[in-house]
Amino acid sequence: MSISAQVQLRLGSLDLDATLDIEPGELVAVLGPNGAGKSTLLRALAGLQPIDAGRVAIDALVVDDGAGVFVEPEQRPIGVVFQHYLLFEHMSVLENVAFGLRARGTAKAEARRRAREWLERMALAEYAEQRPRELSGGQAQRVALARALASDPRLLLLDEPLAALDVGTRAAVRRDLRQHLSSFDGMRLLVTHDPVDAYALADRVAILEAGRIVQMGTLAEVTARPRSRYVADLVGVNLVRGIVANGVLRTDTGAAVVIADAAPGETLAVIRPHSVVLTREAPTSSARNVWSGVIVDIDRLGDRVRVVVDGVMPLTAEVTAGALDALHLRPGDAVHAAVKATDIDVSPV
Amino acid sequence: MFAAASLAAAFTEIGDAFMVEYPDAEVVFNFAASSELVTQIGEGAPADVYASADQSNMAELVDAAGNTTEPVVFARNRLEIIVGPGNPTGITGVADLGDQDLIVVTCAPEVPCGTYASVVFANAEVTVTPKSLEENVKAVVSKVTLGEADAGIVYRTDVIAAGPDAAGVAIPNDINVVAEYPLAVTSEATNPDGAQAYIDFVLSEQGQAILESYGFLAP
Amino acid sequence: MSSGRRRGSRARLPAVALVLAAIAVAFFALPLIGLLWRAPWSNAWGYLTDDDALTALRLSLVCSLWATALSVVFGVPLAWVLARVEFPGRTVVRALCTLSMVLPPVVGGVALFFALGRRGLVGQYLDRWFDLRLPFTTAGVVVAQTFVAMPFLVITVEAALRQLDQRVEDAARTLGASRWYTFRRVTLPAVRPALVAGAVLSWARALGEFGATITFAGNFPGTTQTMPLAVYLSLETNPEAAIVLALVLIAISFAVLVGLRDRWFGARVSVSA
Repeated sequence: MSISAQVQLRLGSLDLDATLDIEPGELVAVLGPNGAGKSTLLRALAGLQPIDAGRVAIDALVVDDGAGVFVEPEQRPIGVVFQHYLLFEHMSVLENVAFGLRARGTAKAEARRRAREWLERMALAEYAEQRPRELSGGQAQRVALARALASDPRLLLLDEPLAALDVGTRAAVRRDLRQHLSSFDGMRLLVTHDPVDAYALADRVAILEAGRIVQMGTLAEVTARPRSRYVADLVGVNLVRGIVANGVLRTDTGAAVVIADAAPGETLAVIRPHSVVLTREAPTSSARNVWSGVIVDIDRLGDRVRVVVDGVMPLTAEVTAGALDALHLRPGDAVHAAVKATDIDVSPV
Repeated sequence: MFAAASLAAAFTEIGDAFMVEYPDAEVVFNFAASSELVTQIGEGAPADVYASADQSNMAELVDAAGNTTEPVVFARNRLEIIVGPGNPTGITGVADLGDQDLIVVTCAPEVPCGTYASVVFANAEVTVTPKSLEENVKAVVSKVTLGEADAGIVYRTDVIAAGPDAAGVAIPNDINVVAEYPLAVTSEATNPDGAQAYIDFVLSEQGQAILESYGFLAP
Repeated sequence: MSSGRRRGSRARLPAVALVLAAIAVAFFALPLIGLLWRAPWSNAWGYLTDDDALTALRLSLVCSLWATALSVVFGVPLAWVLARVEFPGRTVVRALCTLSMVLPPVVGGVALFFALGRRGLVGQYLDRWFDLRLPFTTAGVVVAQTFVAMPFLVITVEAALRQLDQRVEDAARTLGASRWYTFRRVTLPAVRPALVAGAVLSWARALGEFGATITFAGNFPGTTQTMPLAVYLSLETNPEAAIVLALVLIAISFAVLVGLRDRWFGARVSVSA
């Protein structure tokens, strides 16, 4: 009893080819930048977007095989919470939550009773007779969740559930959402561009970039060994990709990185910002890697300062505010960035 | 030049001949049911001459003091039964129109040819239930020529005007109605001299010949 | 200084717009006032209770309501197809279905003749096989009225359907609603204002229909003589009666339009964002 999905489809400029499994009781987050295909993947699982090839199965029932088999969304045991909630404006909150039950044949009185139970669970019972437009963002989201859960789905799909909220309420609503999601024992798929959502809510994370899943695992695993610029940027490290030969990694811009313990071949190198030393003159030190560049941005975060250097080897360095002032560094200044080979983590691609 | 609908073809030709005779003149026509025209004139419509298909409408104009010249009868017309080409339903006379299976249309009683039709039916002592009472005689003609109605009561001139698209069945003189067509210069005429010239032309040999060619009877 | 100017312009309504609007109101009000002024109030009751007048009124109401009902039953699915289904030639089909809005009604009547008349394209078979004739019958009146009235409903409803956020319908389907259930409980309620407005427009158009009716269905008291036809013919011999009948027609239409308040015409249902 699980979800098994191999989704291949083309939609406009998106070329999606992703394989995903969700184990019973698991919450998987699909994390990625905008345009990666996250929502499309979710819609494919929901049946709102047919796949071109592949296989989607819910509990061993094949619902879409890109050929003759296609099960309509209304026949799938799913519930969806949409980014903009998509509540029915002309119905009351209670009728919204009861909708799925009534649509599937439950009698009106029974459906309303169960809907009321859900509203009580969500602490929204007093809003039962109100219209959706009178609710706040957080309340609307809970109604959308209750509506999706009321018909007891096997798979709950959440499409950027917190994106429509303003930053201030997001944290509180996320906390609430975490509570409600954990009391649901079915399978859950959450799609988001915000890594904090993944961190707070997910058991496992799949990183989707440009239609491909580039990494999968727990969030800790994924961020410990970033395999893409996106994840690297997420955790704030420098990620360099190139070909290693004779202990030197060459990038496609021609920069050379001297590394330790290097196996030849295509490699990913991670340089943590606090390992980068900045100097005005070319240093004489044991650091095997020195690149010249120009400061393009300085970002103070308390006592730590992130300095973005551009050049043949673009890097983000992290220095103390004191160090910055001592060197009188300003955007536009020419600097040298130095990194020890032993400070660079490498992993083959 | 406000004239009854049944005068359309004849008066247009007379108008052309008139304009040949008087090159500076311009004749503009407004053809409609006589009753409608007299209402329009009453509301101030710009007519120089009014030619009616019956005396009662002309009388209305006279009562309203809408004319400046004494009405003069310039033509007469008889009613005729109009049927499809070749007379497919084999109608021989007014009595046949009483057949309920036939689709008969006449003018509405509010227009002259409608009242005349009722008189003919009364004269023939036959009860006819038309399927429709059209608001002018040309509408009756078109219903028959389009094949929608089997027969209608129209003026003889209308049957002739319909040409090959229709055929006519004569109504005997003893039950038929003779419609008298009077015309007069209106009191609001902007061109009374021209109006009188037109009336004279209609009454002249040339005008009368044209009217006769369309099937009108001499006044 | 600048705040003073702002205050001033906020208090003053745009004069030009008001003047033009006033002229427009006068334009519409004057003919009505003219009728009221010339109405023969002393004889009015007599004309109103005349058998023919009451028959014409009853016929008008019955036929126009039938025409509206047909317009809704056939027009809503048509509007849905035009709004939702992409097919080649959709623009042409839409133009075809709304053609009668711009066609002179008499032309429409003549066209109906050639299609459904006794010798018409389809009409001849109706006559031959089913002994069914439309001209000169009340059914023919309903057909003529529906022909001119339905486009108003189609256009109004189609526009509303296009404006709808289809994602709401997606949401309904993920909740287990079949396409029909979604249409019934989500789509239709959302376009209800447009549906009502369209139905009222259709009804008004059907009620006032003259040219197509008299050409196609003919004119006979009790069967095909609707109010507009009665008014027109009455004008020939008895303008006073015509005015009274016209005022009755106007009064009914006015009452309906005023009764259907703003809320039904203007309310727009929007999806919570």
